[in-house]
Amino acid sequence: MTTAHPDRSRAPGHAGEATDRMQLVSANHAAAIAATLAARANRRGRGFGSGVYPITPQTECIEYLCGQTIEKGQVVRVESEHSAMAVCMGFSLAGARTFTASSSNGLAYMTENVFAAGFYRLPIVMMAVNRTLGPPWNLWADHGDTMALRDAGWVQLYCEDNQEVADSILAAYRLGEDRRVLLPVLVCQDAFILSHTMMMTDLPDQETVDRFLPPLDLPHRLADRPRVIGGLDYPRQTEGHRLQHIEAMRAVPEVYREVQGAFADTFGRKLADPVVPYRMEDAEVVILSIGTMASTVRVAVDAARERGVRAGSLRVRMFRPLPDEVLRTSLARAKRVGIIDRNLCPGLGGILWGEARGLAPAGSIVQNYLAGVGGGDVRPEHITGVIDDLCARERAGEPRFMEVG
Amino acid sequence: MGATMTNGTAAAAPGEAELRRDDVPAEPLLGGVVQTAGDRAEPVLRAGNTNCGGCGMSIGLNMLGHAAADTPIQLVIPACCGIVTAGPFPYSAYGAPTVAATFASAAAFACGLTHAARLNGDATRVVCWAGDGGTYDIGMATLSAAAERNDDILYICYDNEIYGNTGGQRSSATPLGASTTTTPGGKEVPKKDIIGIMAAHGIPYAATVSLAHPDDALRKLRYALHAKGFRFLHMLAPCPTCWKSEPAEGIELVRLAVRSGLFAVYEVFEGYRTVINVEPEHSREALERYFKGQGRFRKAGAELTEVRAQIERSWRRLRARSAESDAST
Repeated sequence: MTTAHPDRSRAPGHAGEATDRMQLVSANHAAAIAATLAARANRRGRGFGSGVYPITPQTECIEYLCGQTIEKGQVVRVESEHSAMAVCMGFSLAGARTFTASSSNGLAYMTENVFAAGFYRLPIVMMAVNRTLGPPWNLWADHGDTMALRDAGWVQLYCEDNQEVADSILAAYRLGEDRRVLLPVLVCQDAFILSHTMMMTDLPDQETVDRFLPPLDLPHRLADRPRVIGGLDYPRQTEGHRLQHIEAMRAVPEVYREVQGAFADTFGRKLADPVVPYRMEDAEVVILSIGTMASTVRVAVDAARERGVRAGSLRVRMFRPLPDEVLRTSLARAKRVGIIDRNLCPGLGGILWGEARGLAPAGSIVQNYLAGVGGGDVRPEHITGVIDDLCARERAGEPRFMEVG
Repeated sequence: MGATMTNGTAAAAPGEAELRRDDVPAEPLLGGVVQTAGDRAEPVLRAGNTNCGGCGMSIGLNMLGHAAADTPIQLVIPACCGIVTAGPFPYSAYGAPTVAATFASAAAFACGLTHAARLNGDATRVVCWAGDGGTYDIGMATLSAAAERNDDILYICYDNEIYGNTGGQRSSATPLGASTTTTPGGKEVPKKDIIGIMAAHGIPYAATVSLAHPDDALRKLRYALHAKGFRFLHMLAPCPTCWKSEPAEGIELVRLAVRSGLFAVYEVFEGYRTVINVEPEHSREALERYFKGQGRFRKAGAELTEVRAQIERSWRRLRARSAESDAST
């Protein structure tokens, strides 16, 4: 879709103006360029390391990374996603900044170590290209792969365009490395719709990134002192460690706001909010969505408004921690809420619906729509169909599977 | 002396004479494995740990402590008895910084740590300390990849031939005929040739370590600790609990395994130059005593004739490699 981004069209230094920082890149390359900038910024700290392994559709990201010269950095070509994350954990435990990327079954294979990175409290940044889990074999966009990692103790951000991918990678380091947070961050983007689509993207120079990203100083890094990281915990101790994890997650919204402030000061544009509203001022019919689908939703919302429907859109960009208070407040006036999931939890329905349905006001109709599952192309007419169905309902029903082809 | 101190009554097995070679140094004398003023201020394995009596792994850790007397090390230990050894948070039975890695990932964690140490000019040497499950089985792909990359890691496999801390299940290091909780009738296939596998990667150094030959063991640990690139040590580590053997007889069992030729003590440089360090006597008596000393072989056991045939084959291969690398140097 070509509609202007509602946040960014008003942001300074953007709005499509051609600066020498603007580059025509895919979101895979945008992620890799941002990661390389962050990597080089830690040359003043304990350097950078990465374990990388190819999988469609993220491969171009790690290929780009392998072509870069990074002062005080090392990219290791490993034999599996499981080891890619393990190598990152080794680097991170030694105090280095780290990055990797994966997708779909690669993330599933990596899962044990994704949880480990969360529980070790290592501020690793990973870019995930959301792709349908197989079998059957499917290469296209679906959020089920990263949503299956929602309990891994990572911050999760879902992006809508290439600029947001680059910005989120840079912001993820500042957020995750903050002493109040110390969590890994997963930056997600939709397969092909973003990963292989080129857009003009504002990519900062090294000097500016150096100002934004101070060297990583990991308080629990493995140095010379005898100690065991990750050893045996008794139940009460694990409760204590989990409580610290909860507190770190609770700190994320406030630290994220600070990161947004520093981001705007340094780069001169806005870092998108955890929940991005569109025409929500008087909205009674609200569509929740994640990722690129939100730009399609905005077109359908405009069309519905022309038909007299008070429609609005909420894009859930931060999924972990779930911005439940923001969603509750945003939905306070909603009468009908359609939650679109590009994922499926068999036996439940859509995962966003499962989590957000309790945040709508009592008495509202909250209906789940499963759209674009397996990567189908969700077009404005599909969302218009969702809005029509939602407006015609007397009550909510079972999650509705929308076949979009 | 040593292994050549055979009991003269044992009948020579077919081919035994040609398997024996007299110009290899005899088994060195015991000694030297005590904490001395020359050692690190703090042992790698601290007193007060909860390891079983007679634990071979513990002896190996003490040897590592001697070898690393003047060297800072970081330990990477995957799921295995070795990480249970550390004890519960916040205590540590290890006198060195230690990461409890995920089961399959020791070599990959160590890869990140060792690169980071190099990038920052840290003096520390990164040591993986892993059991046979984490090495022969679940960690094999990760291990192979780190060896192929020649990451600067010392990887030590203490091989107790069993999943010890889960209560004694078979691994691919469990020998033929051994009863385990998952092979109650005895294991039907022999163990993997781990040094053969690792040496085939062409790594700078791969060697077996006998706890009954501490001089040779310490020499290898010291060499391997300071050598560059990927180094692999294989240590036969008696587990009285799962081997159903007398705790006090662990070292003797290793000695019998060496004397019988079952556990060959040798080293391979650059995947090619092969040096035999201890010459076995290949006696049937040693092999019989090795099997009789362990309850795990009581139920099924292995036909001694079959085991001796396997030993003979593996020694022919080892001799051939050794002779070939001798001839080319």
